[in-house]
Amino acid sequence: MTTIILYTVLTLSIIGVLSAIVLYFVAQKFKVYEDPRIGQVETELPGANCGGCGFAGCRAFAEACVNKGELTDLFCPVGGNDCMSGVANILGIEAEKKDPRVAVVRCNGTCEHRPKTNFFDGPVSCAIAASLYSGDTGCQYGCLGCGDCVVACDFDAIHMNPETGLPEVDDEKCVACGACVKACPKTLIELRKKGPKDRKIYVACRNQDKGGVARKSCAVACIGCSKCEKECKYDAITIVNNLAFIDADKCKLCRKCAPVCPTNAIIEINFPPKKVVLTELPVSAPEKPIEVTVPVSAEPKSAEL
Amino acid sequence: MLKSFKIGGVHPAENKLSASKAIEVLALPKTVFIPVGQHIGAPAEVVVKKGDKLMVGQLIAKSSGFVSANIHSSVSGTVKKVETGPDTSGYPKMGVYIDVEDDLWDEQIDRSTELKSEINLDSAAILAKIQDAGIVGLGGATFPTHVKLMPPKGMKAEVLLINGVECEPYLTSDHRLMLEHGEELIIGIQLLMKALNVNKAAIGIENNKPDAISGLIKLAYRHTNISVVPLKVKYPQGGEKQLIKAVTGREVPSGALPISVGAVVTNIATTFAVYEAVQKNKPLFERVVTVTGKSVKNPSNYKVRIGTTISELIEAAGGLPENCGKIINGGPMMGKAFANTEIPVTKGTSGILMMPEKESKRSETMPCIRCSRCVSVCPMGLEPYLLMTLSEKQIWENAENEKVMDCIECGSCSYTCPANRPLLDYIRLGKGKVGALIRSRKQ
Repeated sequence: MTTIILYTVLTLSIIGVLSAIVLYFVAQKFKVYEDPRIGQVETELPGANCGGCGFAGCRAFAEACVNKGELTDLFCPVGGNDCMSGVANILGIEAEKKDPRVAVVRCNGTCEHRPKTNFFDGPVSCAIAASLYSGDTGCQYGCLGCGDCVVACDFDAIHMNPETGLPEVDDEKCVACGACVKACPKTLIELRKKGPKDRKIYVACRNQDKGGVARKSCAVACIGCSKCEKECKYDAITIVNNLAFIDADKCKLCRKCAPVCPTNAIIEINFPPKKVVLTELPVSAPEKPIEVTVPVSAEPKSAEL
Repeated sequence: MLKSFKIGGVHPAENKLSASKAIEVLALPKTVFIPVGQHIGAPAEVVVKKGDKLMVGQLIAKSSGFVSANIHSSVSGTVKKVETGPDTSGYPKMGVYIDVEDDLWDEQIDRSTELKSEINLDSAAILAKIQDAGIVGLGGATFPTHVKLMPPKGMKAEVLLINGVECEPYLTSDHRLMLEHGEELIIGIQLLMKALNVNKAAIGIENNKPDAISGLIKLAYRHTNISVVPLKVKYPQGGEKQLIKAVTGREVPSGALPISVGAVVTNIATTFAVYEAVQKNKPLFERVVTVTGKSVKNPSNYKVRIGTTISELIEAAGGLPENCGKIINGGPMMGKAFANTEIPVTKGTSGILMMPEKESKRSETMPCIRCSRCVSVCPMGLEPYLLMTLSEKQIWENAENEKVMDCIECGSCSYTCPANRPLLDYIRLGKGKVGALIRSRKQ
């Protein structure tokens, strides 16, 4: 009995040793050299495989970083500057600093602002709805509300608000990978520079119709009146095709444009409520239906004013 | 046994409510909006400006390429503005607004009703007239007819097929044309045969129109090269490839054009438009539209000027029924719902169907039970359930390999699905995406 066990163990051990020797030489023969930095860079990356950098995944991005040898045009929006400086350290080069960005939905056409003119009972998909018709309201530029952006988001950062019928971005979770931007058939979502303390001011409208037509289909549409353009001291606002656009790079967040907008199409987010403007507020307050979200941890107002 | 195509097909309730109603001429509208992109291909270029006086039949937009078509004024009056207006799905499209004044026709148009049967033009002249008149496929696809009649080099048309199938439920405009204008149609067919240089033509008509079949058989009796082929009632027999299979037995290969099997198919309404254009010098500016629906007071067939808003047609047929849930452009199988009623009739509008709310609503979607009914009814031999899943999961390469581009969007799969799955919606989405992929690859 013991001899059988002994022989078996011995035979198997010999086979094992022989195979190991063969495998060692085969592995040496077919060895593919890989830059060890690729692996290092990959561990530095967030590993979300979201495709926000424009590559198929984090591995592909790491390969691109190492092979290119420089980091111009290469940026991981999820990891941001910290992650990219880590990558730059491994590669021994300088990383380009980029402002963190966040997705914003440029439509404020809630149910009360945009009366419904028809309904769509097809599959819940913006891509299908957009190919069939212009939308369930008079505005053909506005949000269809089927939530393709929600499906596209890998970070659980965008959700439909059932009350408004519009998607809302969670600034904390949004990593600006751009998946929702690609998913939106109406190109409503923009990746916008994250201001100090997440403050943003932007035109929440994409309607390129003439003023009258736009106003008729939506109460909060940009009518291209160019009042904000005149008000802006920093040339940050341009009007193209009856639509105002605030350039986040030039904008100094002075908030002068928002009060002059006759349709309240300009939205301010994360700003403390204006104390000084209170004298004007009673006039504009009743017709100002936009809900401005005020952060819970709002700074003392004097800091802003 | 009657001929038909072999694979798949369904037989929805026919509901040809307006089949016995003669074609009526609709009263002239006060204003019209004529879009310049009413066909497949490049939109035409506007050649009129605000304030111009127009005659009926005058050119207002010129074809901007080979695959494009001229657009003519359907009314006489003044150009109000050249601006965008709504198309069928509500998106803005460039077009010409005209205020109607009187009804002055271009002098070249022969307005008499007498039959003009002698054909004294050669093939090139007929083609030129068809092209000038802006004729497109009036069955709904609106492909410019002159392009169809000029086969690519190396290919030769052998047989002309006339599509009198009208397999969509409810629609009767082609049926009425066959009954009331049979003689003109026979001349139209001869013109098309001469233009194509073929000596064989067949008119395919489904067996649910016996009066049209017997009428056309009598008329075609003197012409040995024109035959009338009665077909079994089966949807989508009016599809180009299905009709070719049913009448000639030939199968158009995947991705190829009908001309690859030597067939050219034109619709009845198109053939009638060809007769009018060549023999009467009348450009395409009016067409027969069926206005119908189960609760519509007076389902009818109207001869309508292009650019008339559909609300006027609905008014003429007795107004919008109270229980109307959807107004559909075309038939119930392939038609799309209109976004609103201020949309103009275009060359591709074959019918306006008002569906009661109860019937028009989609039922709740349930999971696929793998019954493969969609596979058995697909007239192109595809696997709709698979294409839908691939499209839903956005696996476009696999969808391409599964021949999503061969789908003719007939909707038989969605019609037959017991789980009410929106098969066609997703397949159409996949077709769009895969088509874009293929185009980007070619560049």
